[in-house]
Amino acid sequence: MIVPFGHVLLLAGVLFVLGMFCAVARRNLIMMVLGVEIMLNAAAIAFVGSSLRWHDLEGQAFTLMLLAVAATEVSVGLAIVVYAFRRRDSVDPGSFNLLQ
Amino acid sequence: MTLYALLFYVLSAVVVGSTAMAITRRNLVHAVLYLVLSFIGSAMLFYLLGAPLLALLDVIIYAGAVMVLFLFIVMMIKAVSPEKVLFPLNQWYPAAVFGFIYLIIGALLVAAAPGGDVTLTAAVAQPAAFGRYVFEKHWFAIELVSLLLLVALIGVLLLGKTGSKAEIEDEP
Repeated sequence: MIVPFGHVLLLAGVLFVLGMFCAVARRNLIMMVLGVEIMLNAAAIAFVGSSLRWHDLEGQAFTLMLLAVAATEVSVGLAIVVYAFRRRDSVDPGSFNLLQ
Repeated sequence: MTLYALLFYVLSAVVVGSTAMAITRRNLVHAVLYLVLSFIGSAMLFYLLGAPLLALLDVIIYAGAVMVLFLFIVMMIKAVSPEKVLFPLNQWYPAAVFGFIYLIIGALLVAAAPGGDVTLTAAVAQPAAFGRYVFEKHWFAIELVSLLLLVALIGVLLLGKTGSKAEIEDEP
């Protein structure tokens, strides 16, 4: 006996909101990428929890794909951050206003 | 309360706490190190929820590779942190309000949903069985993921090769 399934979902939800806060409100490109990473991790926790809830390996298989997608996302995201930093010498999202 | 439940609550408190510390740090290196703590905690949660292989992969990929990549970038570009840690509140308070409403509604949904109070029973997916399952049922997804990684590799190479600052400024 571990815990009610709802508590796992609640934990994942709280982590997701924390990551969303980081991605939306932090004034730093690197922290925004970090926030997306936190959100993906929260989703992975929900998947593993539901995999245990229904005793089905499908959730864990999806988490495996999620790990690969997260690794891809972070490498491309950070490459874009470095590219943007070279253009503007800044990681402040507010300084990328060419289109305004 | 069983030992498992105690472990779960302690672990989730540590994970949420260190994530909250991470997203509020001004110094990026501190933020990344707190996040390493958070990801190791969530790897332990995976182990507790019966996914030992995923727990190991989480430590290797998230806490190892991804966070070290972040550290490299943070140290490489020597960015001066902007004066303000957050955007001005009036820019994102609608998002904050909606996010808060979603959190409340999500908590209520979890509390009200049938089956939400089903207690999880401990079980372990043996790594060998899990690997066999993945490669029998999802071999095509594995191939797609490998293609995705290849595409990401090429994309990152292209982005990184767009050389020096002068070269970029000549472009437009």
